[in-house]
Amino acid sequence: MHPLLRTVLQRLGLGLITLFVVSLIIFSAIEFLPGDFAKAILGQSATPETVEAFQKEIGLDKPAHERYLNWIGGVLQGDFGSSFSSRVGFRRSVMEIIGPRLLNTLFLAGITALVAIPLALGLGLLAALYRNSIFDRAVNAVTLTTISFPEFFVAYILMLFLAVKFPIFHSLSNVSADMPFFEKLQRTALPVLTLTLVIVAHMMRMTRAAIISLLASPYIEMARLKGVSPGQIILRHALPNAWAPIANVIAFNLAYLVVGAVVVEVVFVYPGIGQAMVDAVRSRDIPVVQACALIFAVTYILLNLLADVISIATNPRLLHPR
Amino acid sequence: MKSERTKGEVLLEIRDLKIEGQSDDVWHEIVKGVGLTLRRGEVLGLIGESGAGKSTIGLAAMGFARPGCRITGGSIVFDGMDLRKASEEERRALRGSRIAYVAQSAAASFNPAHRIIDQTVETAVGHDVRPRNEAEADAKDLYTRLKLPNPATIGNRYPHQVSGGQLQRAMTAMAMSCRPDLIIFDEPTTALDVTTQVDVLAAMRDIVEQFNTAAIYITHDLAVVAQMAHRIMVLRHGKLVEEAPTREMLTQPKEAYTKTLWAVRSLAMPERTAKDVVLRIHDVDATYGGVIKVLENVTVQVPRGRTVAVVGESGSGKSTLARVITGLLPPKKGEVYFNGKPLPRALKDRDKETLRRVQMIYQSADTALNPRQRVRDVIGRPLEFYLGLKGQERDRKVVELLEQIELSEDLIDRFPGELSGGQKQRICIARALAADPELIICDEVTSALDQIVQEGILKLLLKLQKETNVSYLFITHDIATVRAIADEIVVMYQGRVVQQGLKTEVLSPPHPAYTELLLSSVPQMDPDWLTHLLEKRAAAKAKVKA
Repeated sequence: MHPLLRTVLQRLGLGLITLFVVSLIIFSAIEFLPGDFAKAILGQSATPETVEAFQKEIGLDKPAHERYLNWIGGVLQGDFGSSFSSRVGFRRSVMEIIGPRLLNTLFLAGITALVAIPLALGLGLLAALYRNSIFDRAVNAVTLTTISFPEFFVAYILMLFLAVKFPIFHSLSNVSADMPFFEKLQRTALPVLTLTLVIVAHMMRMTRAAIISLLASPYIEMARLKGVSPGQIILRHALPNAWAPIANVIAFNLAYLVVGAVVVEVVFVYPGIGQAMVDAVRSRDIPVVQACALIFAVTYILLNLLADVISIATNPRLLHPR
Repeated sequence: MKSERTKGEVLLEIRDLKIEGQSDDVWHEIVKGVGLTLRRGEVLGLIGESGAGKSTIGLAAMGFARPGCRITGGSIVFDGMDLRKASEEERRALRGSRIAYVAQSAAASFNPAHRIIDQTVETAVGHDVRPRNEAEADAKDLYTRLKLPNPATIGNRYPHQVSGGQLQRAMTAMAMSCRPDLIIFDEPTTALDVTTQVDVLAAMRDIVEQFNTAAIYITHDLAVVAQMAHRIMVLRHGKLVEEAPTREMLTQPKEAYTKTLWAVRSLAMPERTAKDVVLRIHDVDATYGGVIKVLENVTVQVPRGRTVAVVGESGSGKSTLARVITGLLPPKKGEVYFNGKPLPRALKDRDKETLRRVQMIYQSADTALNPRQRVRDVIGRPLEFYLGLKGQERDRKVVELLEQIELSEDLIDRFPGELSGGQKQRICIARALAADPELIICDEVTSALDQIVQEGILKLLLKLQKETNVSYLFITHDIATVRAIADEIVVMYQGRVVQQGLKTEVLSPPHPAYTELLLSSVPQMDPDWLTHLLEKRAAAKAKVKA
């Protein structure tokens, strides 16, 4: 079997095991949460009878392991169960609630990635090429500044200047599924910009460091002695050997875009999955919380898998064994 | 033929070259006013110990200074252009196309991410010397001339997929791809086995002659430079010691320093025999990953207080043998006996006392010493671990050991980075000695050192053996070292023992075929050695065919 394919399968297998463990942890963590869900939802005044009936309705009367098996069995068939906000005769499936939210989050993450990754790579490469120059220092200082501010601060500052003082963009990003693509883009501009400012520094600095650490290699000196131009040295000779660390940082930041964008979503009232999860926690809608947590875990696992594949695919020693 | 080359048109003229190097934020002069003249088609040998500035001068001939170095004085005129006054762009245009460079370690100097052919043609295509398809065809032609196997397809491989000798030839092809006027060879065969070195030397010499390319050949190995150069310059501490045509230099060196360089290989200890056996390796097989057989039916004995040299090229299983003895690689078959008793096969099954008796010294003292530990701790740690010495008692013993290895006790609080290569290797010796071992495995311990420093280390090892009656298993690829230090020799080839016995027996004919090949491949001071050897081998081959 090709080594690349073997590794991908291996990692996928490991990822599945990790997911299983994560599902156990999610389930038991929620199990250990204090308080009675039925009471919390029905309110203090609920009679014991109504509480019992409600518990029966949502299946809380069954033992924990049975509920776990039910849940995970459903998930394996693509059914994340029903939201606790369902009522008799009015079932709301979890997918119904988080499906559109997930799409929104992926849209925001995707657009941000399209802006931030090329920007970070480009700046990192340029900073490595003109290392220790004014340009390098300026890029480092600016990106470090933007990453040092809290996200909500950056978000409000951008809003103040780009939506209030100079109304170029919308301050609210309440997109909906039937909105035309271009309008969606325009409405998400500010969250995209905020998230970009937050994640660019990390990726850019890793690109720069990974390239510069290679510049002392004998094969880089050889390239110089062959008369290769400085730009080509960075692009042709250093970058291909630097993908592994860069891909790992990019994967990490992409995962953050999906998992950690809650604050930005809240500030811009963006209907993403992070907000959905926060709402669900507040209303004790356990199936939704569980589904969100599982989706986050899948995101991390898949993105890390992707980073591993890139590391291997760019390493001829692994790709073309002797 | 060789002498004609010293009369042509001047290609490179370096005058009063001064180069400074930075260490600890202070600039020191490392090349102190060296001049040289090179004519078209001439090969000039630069020779000296490390730190003599020979590589720095070689790079300066391309108008290049390594990071941390700067050219501060003199002129470098290449074909009418002063490289010091030229712009970086002008110099870059010259590099690769008219002046090419062949580095010491081809394995490190090839970019691991690109195929060999892409790197070979990069200069020719990048400098617009010829279009890519022509450059590739030319590269294959060069591969053929350099006698690389499968010249049509070898370029499609990645650097890690071919051997060191082949890579070194591929790098020569890369240097040749623009038909430069001048090639700088910077210790191109130092990292190769002697048996491989012969072929690479022959290939490089041929191609330089075919294209009438001038060359600067930098090496610390006199016998090698004698084969390659028309003229030799001896350098020391950044200054020229003397300069003469090769034959004259070899037969009548004038300066005292040159004479010591020439004489350094004369160390030769008469062999001694002994009955008491410390280590007996019996019929050992070893594999990596249970599949690749690296040792087969190996039986070796080490007498007490004696030195057994294990020689062979890389891949012969020498270092694997050391790993089996130390327990790092448990043998698949066979036993290792120490003082008559079988040693536990795996490292983790051995008790402290067993570990103490077998110590190891490595090739590269740089990587074998923890850069964050002072000498006191490097040597003190085994004293504490094996012998339970602490505090003042431990320090006293460290000082004693420093004395034994002929280093001043002032060095006790230095970090490895503040020591010279030879000093570092001595610290490694002291660390091994601290455990008061019965057997020390020396894995290529002098290979990374200059010849004069090597001699000092070898003498020290002999002295310590006399004092402590320790036995050495001395792994090396260098026959001169073997001559200097061994009592017995084990010749290994592809995981098997080809020949073993007392030094005189193994070194005197008749030899088994591989021993013959190995011994005949060791370069001699005679400038005609390579030519004669190649003729002899060609004749032998023709005979076999007939």
